[in-house]
Amino acid sequence: MDNDRIDQIIDKHQGKASSLIQVLLEIQSENHWLPKEALERVSEKLQVPLTRIRHITTFYKAFSLVPKGRHEIHICMGTACHIRGATHVLDTVQDLTGIRPGETDMDLKFSLETVNCLGCCALGPVMVVGGKYHGKIAPTEAEEALKNYE
Amino acid sequence: MGEILLQIDGREVKVEEGMTILEAAQSTGINIPTLCYHEKLEPYGACRICTVEVETGGRTNLVAACLYPVQENLVVMTRSEKVDKIRKMLLELMIAHAPEAGALQELAQEYGANKDRFEKEPSFCILCGLCVRYCAEVKKKNAVGFVDRGGRREVIFIPEIAAKECWNCKECFPLCPTEALQAGYLLTEALAFPSGNR
Repeated sequence: MDNDRIDQIIDKHQGKASSLIQVLLEIQSENHWLPKEALERVSEKLQVPLTRIRHITTFYKAFSLVPKGRHEIHICMGTACHIRGATHVLDTVQDLTGIRPGETDMDLKFSLETVNCLGCCALGPVMVVGGKYHGKIAPTEAEEALKNYE
Repeated sequence: MGEILLQIDGREVKVEEGMTILEAAQSTGINIPTLCYHEKLEPYGACRICTVEVETGGRTNLVAACLYPVQENLVVMTRSEKVDKIRKMLLELMIAHAPEAGALQELAQEYGANKDRFEKEPSFCILCGLCVRYCAEVKKKNAVGFVDRGGRREVIFIPEIAAKECWNCKECFPLCPTEALQAGYLLTEALAFPSGNR
């Protein structure tokens, strides 16, 4: 992500320090993670010390300071999904992508994360890829679904 | 500024409006223990060791003396059974994080806190925020700050700022209630391994 785009986002919020979280969220959603250079730029433009930006970005789970893939995979490990075989789905996805929960692959294609409940237990086991919900998914179906992502 | 009459530990005390209980007590020579308080900094209320019992309208309340403003006819008890019990517990919790801290050990002795009550988790930091706030409020450099949250919350130096500002300052080192060396360790870590830092 280049500085021009960051400046554009900052200008959209009139460069106000109070819009810090909004600015960071927009960078996060476009770039999938917050590189150090981006944080430095934001710190400089909004006149917010880097310490406070670090504090905020490490506080909220919505922000990532390490690279994330283009598609984020969330696999629900809640009780209902667990009973319906979420562990098998997770195993399959781990084998297919070669990454474990919390990791990102080398091509920045997928990031894998486990979650504790997505609030739709009747659909269990659930896998979410980039915001799209795949419910009642079998390990083989999970494999098929992931092949559709570039 | 009007004057306010209140009672601290049975003594009538006359202080200025707008002062905190802690300042009022200090002005009359009554000692309230503190760990996160510093006269140059805004009160923070993190350590809670300055907890006192106040009586207003017939009932008592536990409040942080460093934050609570004085009121007319307030009755303050700086040592009571409740207060001592709370301070003892706080010290036992903090000492699990910073077992070797002199300030904590002295207080632990005074309040009969058991140093081994909780399993040791030496982070050597009680998150009082003195270094962080001193750097932000007095030096205005913001070289040191908090990261993460909950049980993983900790203090780090920002390598880019620390490399420029810290060698000639180090004024936060002696403020640390646990061990001045802790700040030194964190600073060295930040400068030696800038990318390893979050």
